[in-house]
Amino acid sequence: MLRGGVIMDVVNAEQARIAEEAGAVAVMALERVPADIRREGGVARMSDPRMIEEIMHAVTIPVMAKCRIGHFAEAMILEALGVDFIDESEVLTPADEEHHVNKHAFKTPFVCGARDLGEALRRIGEGAAMIRTKGEAGTGNIVEAVRHMRAIMKDIRRIHSAPEDELMAIAKQLQAPYDLVVEVHQTGRLPVPNFSAGGIATPADAALMMWLGAEAVFVGSGIFKASDPERRARAIVDAVTHYRDPEVLAEISKGLGEAMPSLDVRKLAEEELMAVRGW
Amino acid sequence: MRVGVLALQGDFAEHLATLARLNVEATEVRKVGDLAQVDALIIPGGESTTIGKLMARYGLDEAIRARAAQGMPIYGTCAGMILLAKHIEGSEQPRLGLMDITVRRNAFGRQIESFEADLLFRPTPERAVRGVFIRAPIVSQVGDEVDTLSELEGKIVAVQQGKLLATAFHPELTDDTRVHQYFLSLISGTL
Repeated sequence: MLRGGVIMDVVNAEQARIAEEAGAVAVMALERVPADIRREGGVARMSDPRMIEEIMHAVTIPVMAKCRIGHFAEAMILEALGVDFIDESEVLTPADEEHHVNKHAFKTPFVCGARDLGEALRRIGEGAAMIRTKGEAGTGNIVEAVRHMRAIMKDIRRIHSAPEDELMAIAKQLQAPYDLVVEVHQTGRLPVPNFSAGGIATPADAALMMWLGAEAVFVGSGIFKASDPERRARAIVDAVTHYRDPEVLAEISKGLGEAMPSLDVRKLAEEELMAVRGW
Repeated sequence: MRVGVLALQGDFAEHLATLARLNVEATEVRKVGDLAQVDALIIPGGESTTIGKLMARYGLDEAIRARAAQGMPIYGTCAGMILLAKHIEGSEQPRLGLMDITVRRNAFGRQIESFEADLLFRPTPERAVRGVFIRAPIVSQVGDEVDTLSELEGKIVAVQQGKLLATAFHPELTDDTRVHQYFLSLISGTL
């Protein structure tokens, strides 16, 4: 029930309350936002369970937390804490370069990142309940989220209009489970909600992702690394609700102060990219 | 007859799809001006805190209360039920407060406790309604004017007060349109 909403990264209870007050539909509890993980380097792991619990106590909206790709023991800990969703996230340092978590083994719903439809369907095949574009977290640069969302929507349209006898070849090409390809063919949409993340820094960025087909957006560093987090948080929430209304967008975009510090994705070295983690 | 679906956040698209299946003219309500175009309103599931705050921010809370006072039928599912309630246990969150009920949020637990169950929905007793519960509330107390329409293991999960209807579950996520049809019958009585 997160659709049409904004999920915000928060690092403490106070930020969680600011996010809830601004109208966030959920918060992502983590120790460092992606921009800081990028700057500080080192291994990024699941957050301290005490800090996650403090955030769960601070707000009534759902709380998500991240585990490393393939780190099912971290996922078990998060489930035991009672978090509402687990994000198996490329923002943390991967624990397994071959296998993602078998999400069917959990009751807690998972959200996973994807760069294209094949990757999205592989994660759904493993039990993901939601998909988000990976984008390139911590950059404040929307270009990768746009690339990933366009890639996913383009392949959905292609499969939806393809004749039935081509679906197996498409499944082979995408390296995706055949049954899920058939489902996309029949429904013309992803089998689970399709969200966007990775680089959203302004209300206009959020509106752009909604136009491109996102059903909700994640904002990581974009809020609490900006100069006026309260106003920006509120403006991004408004932008997701009113994304089709340019007059509203113009009004809420005025005088928001400085956006988060940003990075040119093309100048990042291969090993600095987060989106290429996982497959 | 035109039915509005409050589209600030949540699963408004599913309600619009259900209404389309019933060949009812339906429209999204995001601003006060949209409300003037509709004869009835559905408040969907979603995050009640978020929807409540956005309603207040855009002046829709006052506008909806004014229309309700004139007899506009309203149907709330899940978060919509919470927003219709006068009392929410342990919460000061913004609400419409139109129904004389007390609700308990997340009464079945957090997200992990989402489930489905067959229910007797009293207006359509011929066969069970499949109730989809997601972080669902229950009604813990009802006022004298409120009819209980459905219970699950002794917990109240559907209520009606005049032209106001609320369910803790999500009929819009199933193929069964009978709960929506029942709501439409409340509207046709007013037109």
